[in-house]
Amino acid sequence: MFDILLPSLVDGLMIGFVYGLAAMGLSLIWGVMNVINLAHGPIIALGMFGLYLAFNTLGLNPYLALILVALAGLLLGVLIYYVAVQRVLTAPHLSTLLATFAVNMILIGIGTAIFSVSPYNVDFSMGSMDFGPVRVLWTRVAAALAALIATGLLYAFLFRTRQGKNIRAVANNRVAAELMGIPSSRVLALSFGIGTMLAATAGGLIATFFPFTILAGGGYELRSFVIVVLGGLGNPLGALVGGLILGMLEGVIPVFMQTSWVPVIEFALFVFIIIIRPSGLLGSRV
Amino acid sequence: MILQIQNVSKNFGGLQALSHVTIDLPEAQILGLIGPNGAGKTTLFNVINGIYSPSEGRVLFLGKDVTGSKPYRLAKMGMARTHQIVQPLNELSVRENVMVGACFGEENHGMTRAAEIADEVIDFVGLDERKEQLAINLNVAQKKRLELARALAARPKLLLLDEVLAGLNPSEIAGMVQTVAAIRERGVTIIMIEHVMHAVMKVSDRIFVLDYGQQIAEGTPDSVSQDPKVIEAYLGDPKLAEEIATRTN
Amino acid sequence: MKIYTKPGFWLPIVLVALVGLWPIITDNAANREVVSSILVSVVLASSLNILLGYTGYVSFGHIVFFGFGAYTGFYLMSVQGWSIYAAMIMAGLVPAFLAFLLGKAILRLRGAYFALATIGVNEAARAFIKNFEPMGGSVGMQLNFKIYNDYGGAAQALWTTFYLMIAVTLAVIIVSYLVRFSKFGLGLMAIRENEDAAEVMGVVAPDSKTWAYVISAIFPGIVGLLFFFKNATILPGDAFRLHLSIETIVMVMLGGAGTVLGPILGGAGYQRLRGTLLVTPLFRNIQLVVAGVLLLIIILFIPAGIVGWLRDRFPSLRRVLE
Repeated sequence: MFDILLPSLVDGLMIGFVYGLAAMGLSLIWGVMNVINLAHGPIIALGMFGLYLAFNTLGLNPYLALILVALAGLLLGVLIYYVAVQRVLTAPHLSTLLATFAVNMILIGIGTAIFSVSPYNVDFSMGSMDFGPVRVLWTRVAAALAALIATGLLYAFLFRTRQGKNIRAVANNRVAAELMGIPSSRVLALSFGIGTMLAATAGGLIATFFPFTILAGGGYELRSFVIVVLGGLGNPLGALVGGLILGMLEGVIPVFMQTSWVPVIEFALFVFIIIIRPSGLLGSRV
Repeated sequence: MILQIQNVSKNFGGLQALSHVTIDLPEAQILGLIGPNGAGKTTLFNVINGIYSPSEGRVLFLGKDVTGSKPYRLAKMGMARTHQIVQPLNELSVRENVMVGACFGEENHGMTRAAEIADEVIDFVGLDERKEQLAINLNVAQKKRLELARALAARPKLLLLDEVLAGLNPSEIAGMVQTVAAIRERGVTIIMIEHVMHAVMKVSDRIFVLDYGQQIAEGTPDSVSQDPKVIEAYLGDPKLAEEIATRTN
Repeated sequence: MKIYTKPGFWLPIVLVALVGLWPIITDNAANREVVSSILVSVVLASSLNILLGYTGYVSFGHIVFFGFGAYTGFYLMSVQGWSIYAAMIMAGLVPAFLAFLLGKAILRLRGAYFALATIGVNEAARAFIKNFEPMGGSVGMQLNFKIYNDYGGAAQALWTTFYLMIAVTLAVIIVSYLVRFSKFGLGLMAIRENEDAAEVMGVVAPDSKTWAYVISAIFPGIVGLLFFFKNATILPGDAFRLHLSIETIVMVMLGGAGTVLGPILGGAGYQRLRGTLLVTPLFRNIQLVVAGVLLLIIILFIPAGIVGWLRDRFPSLRRVLE
């Protein structure tokens, strides 16, 4: 039992870092402007495809390509903000939900038209190493490292740079921030962009693990919701921790029951936590 | 006693919003609830109204313990309130807004009768011309009258008015004071949160003063307005303090 | 309430009746199929409108009721040999009961959290049905064609099913109208506008919301059973076509959430659009993009939908366009 359990746990843990990264993107947008980005899933998927294209057509090393993917994610996010989100920020909450959902549909539609629903694969491996019963894939380790670095960069940005402080100010109290001369609209666009950047980057990393399709983002989107709720709104560290917990759960559950029950369990967990402790296990920062 | 607040305290995490507040309110009385900003007046309303549960203490309405009851239960027992920041039902017409009050209050009317009551009350508060307009299109003063109309349509036994005079000019204030007195004449008990000192002193039977969540004075308008503790509490606002001290009408 | 005196009531009824009569008068099976899919959309949109339009709760999981009702009814007919009429009743009651239980868990969630929970419901439903062997698992169920003989043979059975669909559609419109102008409906709309203020005024929000959810769950199941009975087969992918949940939201918003006529126009209009796009090979992808762009335009510029916009622009028409 231990022989099966430990590898699953370790694998899940490392994937969990990437889950955390994706969830951080969602959490940031949610925390800063109270918008739930329902286009989160397709953006993750586009990150996967972005990496694929950079890897296959440009021949770039995936981890270098990741930087391009991140930039693309940032630009896409800013675009989405200005086109779909800005106008409905002041409308009832559900308008932003439906607006981002509309973007989701558009992205999936375009993506399917370009890539169809066939699986794609990034043929990249860095080999593995065995630690007793556990086989560690270096791609997983690299991804976990990348996620940690990204988290560190995010924190540095939010707490050490002026733009970052602006974001935190606007998140805290938008009106007051505007009175202090902070261009809240640009700050919000940037926040949205950073959120999507994190999502796209996570997608790129996942592309180095498994084959994927344009529809693969949906599952990660659901996981991101669960993680944000687990880890607390607007709490990036909470998102990371939540990601690790979920990753481990996902590694362990299939040992005991059919994999197809995993979404059902995730849904139950999600609803359970929302009802019991809406501010998340680690408390929200907003 | 229509309402008994017994030793009610309310804290939010570290913030003590109310401490050991006790009030006995007889029927058909107008109680003025005053105190500086942030004293806990609206919080007290929220506890009475069922929006918050008290951390300590009990609330009895019509002799029944309603501590922690939901707002709709209290509405159905005959309690109604207006909000300090108006809460109109935006995409519904003025008439529909007021009908909600009539339908879901204690008397539980059907749609037809509720429409009749709504028309009466809308006339009473002077919004007759705007009956079919959507609530979102009213200005703030009209929205305040809508709040009052909604509460009145429920024909409550106890009416909680939260700064119903705010933003009105002197003649409107005089008119509203008359209205409040007229409501009391119909047998309705009223608690008024107010900052317009001369008005609340004039119309109230009794005054209750809160500061930092605690009761600092209680009694007739005369005795309260001369109470040094009250004057000191308002000293942050010298205009108000002077008003209280001289009690101009 | 004398609803039969109100022009706003008769317009939707007459529209649906006319649309329904057209294949009957022309005695054309192809027309009947076109109208069937329109009626299904109208029923889905109108029933969702009770939760989304009147109460203001966005559900991404509406299709779950369609699927569960269809599966229940289909199972009862093909495996247990029930008559279609009895099966229709259960196809309505089972999802309603499901909505009741689900509501207890998730209706306490506000706004966006509720919407997210319904997304999770969709996912969970899909996973569940794929694994549920007694109802065919991922292979679904087939209807033994002999059953059509109980209804006068295959051709006649299909027409009978169509008449029943018309009946269900008219029923949902009547219910939609009754709710809209009832005290119950007023309470729902108060919740939509400001749930806290509504509770202060005495609206028992938890109960009202539960009823809204339950009522919205009855009709999708019934029309689902009729749809799959007509097709003689049911598959998880078809019964729980999750895109339909989303498209139903688009239909409601397009036509005008919170009105009676809106979902009808939105459902019919969107279904026709889909049908037209069906001809192109890029259908699936284009359809989603079109739906997305449509939804975005509506949200950004005409959130009140067609009927809402018309009512705003032409106040004199308000009595007719309810």
